[in-house]
Amino acid sequence: MSEITRDTVAHLAALAHIEMSEEQLQATAGELQQIVQAVAEVSEVAGDDVPATSHPLPLRNVMREDVVGEPLTAEEALSGAPDAEDGQFKVPAILEED
Amino acid sequence: MTQNIVELTAAELAQKLADREITSVEAVQAHLDRISATDGEPLDAGSRSAGRSGLNAFLHVNTEEALTVAAEVDAARDRGEELHELAGVPIAVKDLIVTKGQPTTAASKMLEGWMSPYDGTVTQRLRAARMPMLGKTNLDEFAMGSTTEHSAFGVTRNPWDLSRIPGGSGGGSAAAVASFQAPLALGTDTGGSIRQPAAVTGSVGVKPTYGSVSRYGVIAMASSLDQVGPCSRTVLDSALLHEVVGGHDPQDSTSLTDPATGYAAAARAGAAEGGLKGLRVGVLKDLTGEGFQAGVEQRFREAVELLREAGAEVVEVETPNFRYALGAYYLIMSSEVSSNLAKYDGVRFGRRTLPDDGHLTIERVMAATRAAGFGPEVKRRTILGTYALSAGYYDAYYGSAQKVRTLVQRDFKAAFETCDVLVSPTSPTTAFPLGSVDEHADPMEMYLNDIATIPTNLAGVPAISLPAGLAPEDGLPVGVQFMAPARQDARLYHVGGGLEALLTQANGGPIWKDLPDVVRAVQDLSDANVPGATEGAAR
Repeated sequence: MSEITRDTVAHLAALAHIEMSEEQLQATAGELQQIVQAVAEVSEVAGDDVPATSHPLPLRNVMREDVVGEPLTAEEALSGAPDAEDGQFKVPAILEED
Repeated sequence: MTQNIVELTAAELAQKLADREITSVEAVQAHLDRISATDGEPLDAGSRSAGRSGLNAFLHVNTEEALTVAAEVDAARDRGEELHELAGVPIAVKDLIVTKGQPTTAASKMLEGWMSPYDGTVTQRLRAARMPMLGKTNLDEFAMGSTTEHSAFGVTRNPWDLSRIPGGSGGGSAAAVASFQAPLALGTDTGGSIRQPAAVTGSVGVKPTYGSVSRYGVIAMASSLDQVGPCSRTVLDSALLHEVVGGHDPQDSTSLTDPATGYAAAARAGAAEGGLKGLRVGVLKDLTGEGFQAGVEQRFREAVELLREAGAEVVEVETPNFRYALGAYYLIMSSEVSSNLAKYDGVRFGRRTLPDDGHLTIERVMAATRAAGFGPEVKRRTILGTYALSAGYYDAYYGSAQKVRTLVQRDFKAAFETCDVLVSPTSPTTAFPLGSVDEHADPMEMYLNDIATIPTNLAGVPAISLPAGLAPEDGLPVGVQFMAPARQDARLYHVGGGLEALLTQANGGPIWKDLPDVVRAVQDLSDANVPGATEGAAR
């Protein structure tokens, strides 16, 4: 297991889209290191012969009847959005300008 | 009607409503008055973050609608309409479940002020049964925590001692039912968030079989673990509520097709004379001993002894893989958290925060929004989950944790070959003081609270926590937990109803006969200018 550094956390924070201050990066690295050490033995317990369980009960996907329901109206769906225009979600620029 | 309405159980209240001894409007008003008298005043008029000076169990009180629904039920009863057994009985709802017409925040600044445009399935079922909703209860932000100290809107206090935690994440729902603010509440349980708060507040809480209750309209934390369930003061009341909200829902593809029936009958049968005779009860050796408070162990042993005296066959069982459950849980839970919380991106709902420098791109707006909207524990788990799922680590962490999950399921399967139900303490300790765990120094310390509740979530099996009495050393409630095989939820109500009856007889009444005067305690705390009351919230 590799050590979790400030740079590891900076990378993870970028992947998770969470802005973090230098102080937070340092603190989180230490905390994460402790948690990962504490749970490390999990990776040593089960052998290759043990199958993984992704779901607690052996369920098959249950499909509902393919009938028209009453979905939210566009207006309702947009009612909690921070910004909307012409029946659509409105966001800041997607691409950076060069 | 001079008897204190709020001290009636849901079943008693339902009976009095049916007998026309009281009206639903009277019942709802009595609970609203109780909430006013015990939840306290805002600690800071300018900001919600400080919470309220009393229990602070509610984030929103739904006064107008609750009274309107109650009046409609009373009118329907006057007209002789056929009503659901619990019609007119008020209920509180954890603020992780979406409700039309009331704000839903998940106790996060991310969703402050957001109004859901739709109702969750469980909310719809409460409406169909015509149960007035008293409001939305406090929780750890997005249900992540064991103390309710991670709420963005102030800590909830334990009605048994206002300086202590009410458990978490569903501390608001548990404190509400334990303090007579509501006879019933809904909670959610991902690693113990219904049962551990029930244990430390002297109330009853049930995590049903995974898929027993629909999660449509329940804000997702860890989707392979989350389950909705009832909170109440008695086993019968939880059984009645489970019957209202349980059963198949086409809107939730993980929902079981089993009907949610027979739970109340099971609770009554268990409480009847000789109801526990021949029941095979397995004591989990791995969930006692080291790390468990002496008074918790003592009350637990006494409860097991009562079962034995009532004719149950008690054996000890080993579950050797449970020791790895906590680690596996934290990897699986945080991985699923990091995925589920990706939707809070400042685009579709809730908060949007713009970066300070005004340099706007969608990615920078997302990062600034999530930095401002999420609290520290949510960020910590999201980052941990991102790590566990990232390239190069997936097999070592998430993949291995899923294998441990298989081993935990095998332990349960083996135990249930010789036992009908399993039993353990619900939580290793009684309620500890607010602010007493420094998670930055040792982030794992808090997680150890869930050691006894987590295995059932990993295996998807149902469990109930009910009060086992007060610990001798601190006079605080102790919880005992029963576990049953998947889809055998009725067994929990059976054995729970049985033990509850035995304990009530042995102790000369229910646990709440010893509850301190909460109204008085809240006044004293306010008079003392709430020293220390906001410490937990500020951490």
